[in-house]
This record gives sequence, structure tokens and C-alpha cells, in this order.
Amino acid sequence: MINIISGVKSRVIGGMAALLMGGMSVFSFAHAESVLKIIPHADLKNLDPIWTTAYISRNHGYMIYDTLFAMDETFTPQPQMVDTWTKSDDGMNWSFTLRDGLNWHDGTAVTAADCVASLERWGKRDGMGQALMKHMGSMTAIDDKTFEMKLAKPFGLVLESIGKISSNVPFMMPARVAATDAFEQISDFTGSGPFMFNKDEWVPGSKVVYKKFDGYNPRSEPASAAAGGKLALVDSVEWTYFPDQMTAMNALMAGEVDYFESPANDLAPMMAANPDITVEVNDPLGNIGFLRFNHVQPPFDNVAIRRAALMAVKQEDYLAGAVGDQAYWSTCYSVFPCGTPMATDINNDIIQVADTAKAAAALKAAGYDGTPVIIMQPTDVPVLSAFSLITAQKLRDAGMTVEVQAMDWSTLTSRRAKRDPVSEGGWNIFHTWWIGADIMDPTSIAFSGNPDAGWFGWPTDPVSEEARMAFFSAGSMEEKKSLSSTVQNQAWENAFSGHLGQFFSPVAYRNNVKGLIKSPVQFFWNMSK
Amino acid sequence: MLYVIKRILATIPVMVVVALFVFFIIRLGPGDPASVIAGDYATAEDIEEIRIKLGLADPIHIQMGKWMVQLASGDLGHSYHSNLQVTTLISQRLEPTLLLAASTILLTIIVAIPLGTIAAYKAGSWIDKFVMVFSVAGFSIPVFVLGYILVYFFAMELRWLPVQGYKSPFEFGFLPFLRHITMPAVTLSVIYIALISRMTRASVVEVLNEDYVRTARAKGQSEFKILLRHALRNAAVPIVTVLGISVALMIGGVVVTESVYNVPGLGRLVLDAVLARDYGVIQGLILFFSFIYIFINLIIDLSYTFIDPRIRY
Repeated sequence: MINIISGVKSRVIGGMAALLMGGMSVFSFAHAESVLKIIPHADLKNLDPIWTTAYISRNHGYMIYDTLFAMDETFTPQPQMVDTWTKSDDGMNWSFTLRDGLNWHDGTAVTAADCVASLERWGKRDGMGQALMKHMGSMTAIDDKTFEMKLAKPFGLVLESIGKISSNVPFMMPARVAATDAFEQISDFTGSGPFMFNKDEWVPGSKVVYKKFDGYNPRSEPASAAAGGKLALVDSVEWTYFPDQMTAMNALMAGEVDYFESPANDLAPMMAANPDITVEVNDPLGNIGFLRFNHVQPPFDNVAIRRAALMAVKQEDYLAGAVGDQAYWSTCYSVFPCGTPMATDINNDIIQVADTAKAAAALKAAGYDGTPVIIMQPTDVPVLSAFSLITAQKLRDAGMTVEVQAMDWSTLTSRRAKRDPVSEGGWNIFHTWWIGADIMDPTSIAFSGNPDAGWFGWPTDPVSEEARMAFFSAGSMEEKKSLSSTVQNQAWENAFSGHLGQFFSPVAYRNNVKGLIKSPVQFFWNMSK
Repeated sequence: MLYVIKRILATIPVMVVVALFVFFIIRLGPGDPASVIAGDYATAEDIEEIRIKLGLADPIHIQMGKWMVQLASGDLGHSYHSNLQVTTLISQRLEPTLLLAASTILLTIIVAIPLGTIAAYKAGSWIDKFVMVFSVAGFSIPVFVLGYILVYFFAMELRWLPVQGYKSPFEFGFLPFLRHITMPAVTLSVIYIALISRMTRASVVEVLNEDYVRTARAKGQSEFKILLRHALRNAAVPIVTVLGISVALMIGGVVVTESVYNVPGLGRLVLDAVLARDYGVIQGLILFFSFIYIFINLIIDLSYTFIDPRIRY
């Protein structure tokens, strides 16, 4: 209690001092600070983008940290903190040299040892990082600016791994910070990115403030997705979380904020009608709707029943029902996002049947015995809530006994980890979505066929898993495409999941905001107002 | 004074019972902070590892023992998510909620008590009927609907007031504070005005039929003095009780208003903590709210002695 009172007291005293100072500033010629006011897609609760896979923590990471490599808009890794690098002919030995003028926010120089420590911590948590470390022989800092990787086994995705665009992104941290246990949260937020985190102004659940880092040394190339020059064009960026979408929209229309990262699709027409506001899709890959079966519990432990259920899926119905306006969705029958290099049509007939009568016949042939299907419906996530209800009706139409259990997303995320029978708290189906950038190739855990180390639902498919593992070592694009085709073939053959199509969330911003970067991840450098 | 000390000491067993109840009830419910922290795409193994690091894999009596030791040393705990102390989170959010509650109660007192008194004095008249209709409407209209209506007219159309946010009077001055607090306070006060005006009317009507009021009239006192000195003062005990309970409820129950107007107060903190299964924050906040309820009840009880000299403890 004393702490609470002293906290409030210090705010009041600090505030009075600010009032006094504010009064004095009337007589000075203060520089007006440019502040970019953002409504982020979620509340920033965790500040460690290695500790959690939450996208909001990833976006926070991009504000204050930098990366060795970064994906450009063609999804090709480009050097970011790295100046030059070499690779031996056999691809087993790599050497990276950092650019000049890279500094941490505390003014000290970024060293190769910092980068090695950061990669090691990331490699304990991230799927791609874990794969890289499994192939790693040694990783050593040679001097202040150069470090080497010596692989023990061939690994074809070295640059793709250390330059991956989405969670967990291998952000570089000072060695003292990267020494933190990978399963514990860091408490020192010193980065080397274009903005600095202002911890004193952080109000979890409400506000995050980033100040421009004057010591940042941007690349000279133009910005392209996560790659290129990161120019902090405003003095500070303020994220204010709005729990209510309608209030967020009103605040944007009234000019109280500049940028709304993730408005609900049904609000888009109202904002688009305002001449001061631009509404557009900024993420070229969008999100991929996902219906996930539990492969270890009946009835979906039977592949024929899973395939029968997929026959009932009609992407158009899901997308129209959950997303609405057709401007923001498109069907996609590849397990990799349409428009990305690994996308393919192989063996995707099953997801195009879209006929509950055929699904009913297939269910009968598969010997479905009326076992109830439990669908977990997260009522606090509107798109997923709608997906759940549509699946329930499709399966009922096909003759399945379905029970929809309403819950919040937090309950769902803990319950889906249970492999137990439904009678003991288990489940049969849940829905989610992946952002396109996270499932662009077989390295995503979404395609795991290893039930012991895979994602919730736990499919078993040694052929797919072998191809997936081989993908990590693949050298050429042809080889990668061939392995991706195998993974897709198996994913549809064994009905890993139902893919419900591709949908896009627009962003909305005031017309005076310039410099938006097209990317699956929201970046705030190069933006001005 | 002895009574006050006794009451304060009596809060200790109440707080212990609340603490135990809260500790077990949130762990019996579904959900797990580790799965929220790990993120949507973490594996079951990642989640389990985080549970171990957070101490959530320990037997429940060990977890409870650790928390009790923390509490005994005055530490309400910390957030699993932000790693901040619960006391820090509360101190960040306390001012907006307290000032919103204070503004609401002030507005309620200014409007509801005169309205209820006039309605009682003019019982059966059109004024009385108007107050009754307003009360029913005030009770019936959901807070978020009223909030959106006010925002539409006063912020979007007329542009008199901001749509959202909170500005501390200590940091930004009184006028910005007033501009930001007006709509939330009006929205929140409507239901309390409805409640208190009805309560005031009923109490005053009863008192106006008492013998001492008739005696005062017979002695030739003005109606204003009769209402103020005799009727309202004697009707004050139930009104103060409801006002006090309203303040206590408001501290933690303003989540809808805080969401509609994006006020970073305690109500939203509770909701966020529950959705994220942030056990440390939920436990700490509920204990804090319990303390507030007990404290406000004590103040109400003590205030009776000032309102009605016949009451002695």
C-alpha cells in the first residue's frame, strides 16, 4: 500500500514540476516534438520478443532492436547489421563482419560477441533457430566486428534463419542481456534499433513510448520490407492500445491518433468514406485461416474421417461469413500462401470438394459412429468465433454430432495443449490463423508431422517430416520446391488441417502520414507526418 | 477511537479469507498464464518450460506459501507478463479511476440530491413524474450505448470534447483534465443519478410526513429550511450509505466506461489481467479492492455519527 501511495505521490509531484516547467517554457522557443500516434493491434504485455512469439512483442522488437539480416519485399534476406559475409564453397563455414558505426542505446559499440550471444539465446526458443543450432558445429567471435559459424551438418537456410521476418525474430541484444535464460524474460531493454524504449512512460495495457535513437546508423539502401535503411523520421512514436474498436475508429476520424494498425474489416467502409483517411491493405500475404483437427483423439484419429470433414469445407462460406467484404479475402488451396515461392496446387482436390453431401457419404464410408465432435469456440476473437460456428454447421450438415464449447482465447490456448480424451478435458477442433509470412515454407511448425515435437493436433506423418527436415538442408530452389510439394501432398493426403483461405486486414491512417512500408510486419521507421 | 482500531484490526482476517479464496478460485478456473505468454504458435514443450520457470508447476500449497510470505512482507506480487510489481501497476492506474469516480460522485450529488428532494417535495406533480421517468431510463440504458451517443454528438459532430483518453490534472492542468473527464463522468453518473434521486425522493417523502416536520411548519419555518435542516438531514443516512457503496463499486467496476473512453484505469487493468490469466495481478488487485471496500465502509459508518448524533459506537 505504501508503494502505491508513494507511486501516486511521485506522479503528482512530478506532474506539478512539469506544470511549473511548462509554464516557464512559455517564455522559451521550444522545438515542437513530432509524435507519431499509433493504435497497435494488441496491448504490449511482454517486452522480450525471444521469450514470447506474440506479434506485438515482435513489433516492439523491431522498434528497438536490429537484425543481422532482414527480408526484403521479395522475401530475400538482405544484410542489415552485417556489412560483408563469406561462405565456403561447401556452405559449411560462414563469416560475418558487422557494419561500422553500430551502437547500443547506451552508447557502447555493438560487438560480434553480442551477436553470437543473441543468436545462441534465440536458437533455444525459435523453431528455425533450433534447427540452425542442431546443424551448428561452433559459433565464435573472431574480433570485435567479425564472427564465424562452422556448421557440423549442411544447412541450407542460414541467411533465411538469421534474417527471418516474423516470430521469433533473431534480434541482436547486448551480450549481458542475451545471457538471460531463454525461458525467462529480460529486464534490460537496451537495443541498437532506430528507436529507444522509454520504460518510465510504459503503462502496460495502455501506452508505450519510443524515442528516436540519434546514434542509429541506417543503411544507405532504400527501405524494402524489413531490409534497407531504417530512418527514424519522427522524434517519438507512441503506441496507445484501444480495447474498443469503435473508440479507436472515432479517435482516428477525429484526428486524435495518426494510424490504426488493425481495424476490424467491417469498420473499413466507414473510415474509407472519410476524406481525411486512407484505408488499404499493407500486408501482401495476409492471414491464412486454419481449422485444426486433433489427430490423437477419436473421431479425427481416423484419416478417412478427417478427409471427409475437409470435403465439407467451402472457403468462400468461411471467408464471407467471418471477414465479409470480398475486397479483403481470396480463396487459396495451397498450404503455403498463394503468391509465395512454395505455393503449389499439388493434391489439393480434397479442399475444393466443398460439398456436404459428398462429405456425408465419405463419413459413412469411413465408418463414423456418431462420436461427438467438440469444437472450441473463442468468443473473444470474432473471426475465429465465426469460423467455429461455420465448421459446426458444415459438419452437422454432413451428419456429424457436434458440440460447440464457448470460451475465451486464453482458455483455448491452454486447453489445446491437452492430448487427453474429450471426456478428460480434451478437444477435437479449434480454429486459428497464421500470418502468411509464418507459413511460407515447410520450416513452419504448422506442417510438422512429428507428433512428439509438433504443434497442437499432433499429426503423424514420417514422409512429410522427412521432407520438412530435408528442407532445412536444401540448397537449390528446385530442391526446396520439390520438398515443399511433398509436404503439401502429405498435408492434404493425411488431412493435417483445413485451410480456410487467405484474408487481409486493412490498415487505416490519416492522409498526412507518409512513408508506409508494405510488409507482413508493421514497421514504423520511414514514417512521417 | 477504540471502535476505529477494532474495525481496522477486523480487516485482517477478512483480507486473509479473501486472499485464500482468490488464490484458489483463479487456479480452479480454466486457462494458464504460460500458454498466453508463450504466444499462439509455441509448442506444448515451450509452454511447460515457461510454467516451470514461473513456478506454476509447483504444487499448489507451495505456490500459496510463497505468495503468503510475499504478502507478509508487504509485497502484492508481480505481473507474469510485464514483470512489473502489482503496486506499480496499481499506482499507474489509480489516479484516473479515483478521479473518474470522484467526478462521477460529485456530479451525482450535485444533480441527484436536489432532483430527488424536489421530487419528494412535489410528490405526484409533473416534476416528480419526470424524475421517475428519468430514473427508469437511467437504469435501463446501457453505459456503452450512452457513451457512444455522447461521443457521436459532442466529439464527432460538435467537436467540443475529445473522443477518448485521460489527461492528468497534475501533468497537463485542469482544463485538459476537465475536457477528457466530462463525458466519462456524465456517462457513468447517469445510473447513479437515477439511483440516488429515487433513494433521496423515497427518504425525503418519508421524513416529510414525520411529526417534527409538521411541528417545524407550525412554528413557521420556511419550506427551504425545513427541507434542508429537517427533511434532508434526517434522510441522509440511507443516501450516504448508497453513495459510499457506489464509490466502492466504481473503483473496480468501471471497465465498460474506461473501455469506451479509453481511460487507463483499474477496471481495465482487472479485465486485462483476467483475460491474460495474470494471476499475480488478479490476486493483488482483488486484495486491493477488498481493502478499498472495507475502508470505504468504515468511512461510511463513521460518517453516520456526524449526520445523526444519536448514533454512537
